[in-house]
Amino acid sequence: MDIDFITQILFAAIKTGTPLLFIALGEVICEKSGVLNLGQEGMMLMGAVVGFLAAYTTGSAGLGIFGAIFMGMIMSLIFAFLVLHLGANQVATGLALTIFGTGLSAFVGADVVGQTVQGFQPIIIPLLSDIPLLGKILFTHDLLVYVSFAMAGSVAYVANRTRTGLVLKAVGENPHAANAIGIKVLRVRYCAIMFGGAMAGLSGAYMSLVYTPMWIENMSSGRGWIALALVVFASWRIGNIMLGAYLFGLASIMHLVLQGMGWSISPNLLAMLPYVATVLVMVIISADKFKEKLLAPRSLGKPFDPRQMA
Amino acid sequence: MKFKSLLVGLGLVAGISIAQAEEPFKVGFVYVGPIGDHGWSYEHNRGREELQSFFGDKIETTFVENVPEGADAQRVITQLAKAGNDLIFTTSFGFMNPTLKVSKRFKKTTFEHATGYKRSKNMGTYTLRTYEGRYVSGVAAGMLTKTNTIGYIASFPIPEVFRDINAVYMGAKTVNPDIDIKIVWVNTWYDPGKETDAANALIDQGVDIMLQHTDSPAPLIAAQKRGIKGIGQASDMSHFAPDAHIFSIRDNWFPYYLKTTQAVMDGTYKPQDFWGGFKDDMLNVSSINTNLPIEVRAKIDETYNAIRSGELKPFTGPIKDNSGKLVIEANHTLTDKELSQVNWYIEGIKAKMPN
Amino acid sequence: MIQVTARIEPSKLMTFASPLLAIFLTLIFGSILFSLLDKDPLQAMHLLLIAPLSDAYNFSEMLVKMGPLLLCAVGLSLCYRANLWNIGAEGQLLIGALGGSAMALQFVDSEAWFALPLTLIAGILSGMLWAAIPTFLKLKFNSNLILTTIMFNYIALYLLLWGVHGPLRDPDGFGFPESAIFSDATILPLLNEDGRAHIGIIFAILLAIFAAFVLAKSHLGFQIKVFGADEPAARYAGFNQTKLTWAVMLFAGALAGLAGVSEVAGPIGQLVPGISPGYGYSAIIVAYLGRLHPLGALLSATFMAVLYMGGDLAQIEMGIPIAVVGMFQGVLLFFLLACDFFIHYRLTFPSNSQYQN
Repeated sequence: MDIDFITQILFAAIKTGTPLLFIALGEVICEKSGVLNLGQEGMMLMGAVVGFLAAYTTGSAGLGIFGAIFMGMIMSLIFAFLVLHLGANQVATGLALTIFGTGLSAFVGADVVGQTVQGFQPIIIPLLSDIPLLGKILFTHDLLVYVSFAMAGSVAYVANRTRTGLVLKAVGENPHAANAIGIKVLRVRYCAIMFGGAMAGLSGAYMSLVYTPMWIENMSSGRGWIALALVVFASWRIGNIMLGAYLFGLASIMHLVLQGMGWSISPNLLAMLPYVATVLVMVIISADKFKEKLLAPRSLGKPFDPRQMA
Repeated sequence: MKFKSLLVGLGLVAGISIAQAEEPFKVGFVYVGPIGDHGWSYEHNRGREELQSFFGDKIETTFVENVPEGADAQRVITQLAKAGNDLIFTTSFGFMNPTLKVSKRFKKTTFEHATGYKRSKNMGTYTLRTYEGRYVSGVAAGMLTKTNTIGYIASFPIPEVFRDINAVYMGAKTVNPDIDIKIVWVNTWYDPGKETDAANALIDQGVDIMLQHTDSPAPLIAAQKRGIKGIGQASDMSHFAPDAHIFSIRDNWFPYYLKTTQAVMDGTYKPQDFWGGFKDDMLNVSSINTNLPIEVRAKIDETYNAIRSGELKPFTGPIKDNSGKLVIEANHTLTDKELSQVNWYIEGIKAKMPN
Repeated sequence: MIQVTARIEPSKLMTFASPLLAIFLTLIFGSILFSLLDKDPLQAMHLLLIAPLSDAYNFSEMLVKMGPLLLCAVGLSLCYRANLWNIGAEGQLLIGALGGSAMALQFVDSEAWFALPLTLIAGILSGMLWAAIPTFLKLKFNSNLILTTIMFNYIALYLLLWGVHGPLRDPDGFGFPESAIFSDATILPLLNEDGRAHIGIIFAILLAIFAAFVLAKSHLGFQIKVFGADEPAARYAGFNQTKLTWAVMLFAGALAGLAGVSEVAGPIGQLVPGISPGYGYSAIIVAYLGRLHPLGALLSATFMAVLYMGGDLAQIEMGIPIAVVGMFQGVLLFFLLACDFFIHYRLTFPSNSQYQN
């Protein structure tokens, strides 16, 4: 294995991890506000199809991205209204959103199956891309990968260093206390859910405009579930999410790489690799008994209703 | 009086039989994927649409998509039979036993199952000689590769896939003795993201011609992006990769659907194990890229014609497997039945059989 | 002005009326949707909601579909009540099918009476084992159950694929990925000759009743409820969380394993790669629609089974694409979830009436 080969593998790991990163960044903000949204698959598929349709009809991939983000937010609004205003169960509503989004995306995308659009070309960042090793791995991607770097950075900044982040945390940890000091809990949760939707839409656009520039039904193939696991894996920390997404990306291409190199283990057993590795890493990092409990937002999954405060 | 009522009776019977004759002939299809997969189910559905427009009002076609290959399959097939379909095509291997069970219960309905091996009095099977297309693909790949390495994205370890990998290697070997083939199993027929990953992993390892046994255009798109070449699978994928695309091996189920529907309508149907290839126009080499060197294009045509005319039969002995065992005797050409049991790699392929 | 007021007690009336209201709203939505698509809305909704129950054959098929959903959902209901976020029913079902098949294939040429019980036990134990690993990791290493159970679903799927492509493949099957067909000695007896409904469905219903009884009457059920409602209180009362976690998780694993083995030893009759169209995931929604009550799950599993079957019928009879069926199902679920609002809240019109008396 020479150095070029390793660079290429790491480069590919980042590409594979990027859709997971987008969707997990959205989900972690949502969860930090105390809301568990299992509808990512549905939002992602709607983002993918609308992004593709917009890019296909206008010829502009940029418009496609905006379309996808917008659509993701609309989908998340359905969820937000049901769980925040009507107090519907979060887990069930999220799953219903997935069923609905899978159906609706197939319906609106039926006419563009088999079409293709001009996606994004790689942008090689001058200077930075000349850094030995890292330059090639990090700075020869296409636009959305850089966007994902920037998003991870800004989400981490906002969540950890700003008042907004504190408000978010207060709402997720103890909504009643937050309400008592005058924070509009539902409004914060609306925003968090919509951010989650926007990121899921963006992740969908990455799939249908960059990764494989086309629309086909159900193209997200379960990435929403992986992202959900990723948030837990990262203990709700944004830096860890980035690392986790790329590690998962790496693990899921490694079994393909190893086969190409002539490993003659059953491909089915090799395909378990990313999942087994995730569990193992999780076991190692969570073995410290008390740490983990403190990290999950305490009101996660529990509804909050200001009307019951009176 | 009696005579009159008899006449009325006859008239009624005649009336009914005329009414029945005007009832369209009903054909049902069961697909494993969504028709929007742009691959396997999509091509079957295209065959159905052509069938419908060929017969017009005379037939009525129905399809059920996204049918899981578990307990649901038998119910869906039964419901199609109960809904009065005269002929039912079930288009995925996993529907074999469910189709067989239903065929025993609905004896007046004709069933046709794609890619299986079990038949009954009212159930036949049909499949494609995909290896013919693979052989031509191998020839083109062998001529065009600069790194002498072909990549093959394989779906599941079943005879059809082994057969096709062997055919690619055989074809390539005839024009390029140094050829090597790298195989990656992705355990799916259809997952664009994973297929892209597999394509990139292969390209990173020196592959410069991409072949696939999966259904999405993703590997070809990856080939286009990375500046190598590839061959489209199942449907015409040329527009996905204008530069990378060598040609597509296109499945075409319509000729078989037409033939079978006509036979059942005429009452001449007999269940059989049908293998359709170049000769039957059920496989085509389509959209050959104009950017290929003239001698490659000529060789593609030549190989295609030789297989089509029957002059070239790929699986003809002596052939050894990659452990050195003689698997096809000299001068023997594998029968269809033997073709459906290929579970070895041909001599020269370095990979080991997966399990 | 309409105002929303919280009810002091959940409304008994609305507990039953809200699903009806949801169905009514869905019918209105459905009429609009199908009219826009030029499909007869009455016929479409008849096919989607009523036809699956309309004759003996369809009814028995509905039971076949309902069985695995119910088994998984009952187990999940108990888990969720105890705050155990088990997403792993799918994996436990697949491993149950794999383990059960491995046993059943020992009896391919056998008529032994004990073949079927052994097969079922093997399936149940396999499902329990697959639930036991994440449980152990949670209790011993504090691993998050959501994460481990999702990962174990994927691992189970690949194990199943490995089994069916490798050691359990039918030696006479031309290399295709499926096992030999099971002998009649390992097939669950049918409930009636025409259909495919089998005795496993009776087990499923009995187990749901049993679970409801445990939850309502037993000390274990009391502990589950206390843990779900107020964990610190449960600890304070001295309840043993470790024991409770094991009991609930193993029970859920056993039920999912039984669901898996009942598919292969029931309607399918052999091991194939596509045993489950996602029963374990659908069961999550079934559990919540059933309000995490085992008997509620009985109703909601029936309802979901009808919806899935209706989707196929709508395709066959009217050519309604599966995509539209998915939209319809999604909206119906939204309405069902939304209407629960009225159990806990009421609308009041305070502006004038308040001051009149």
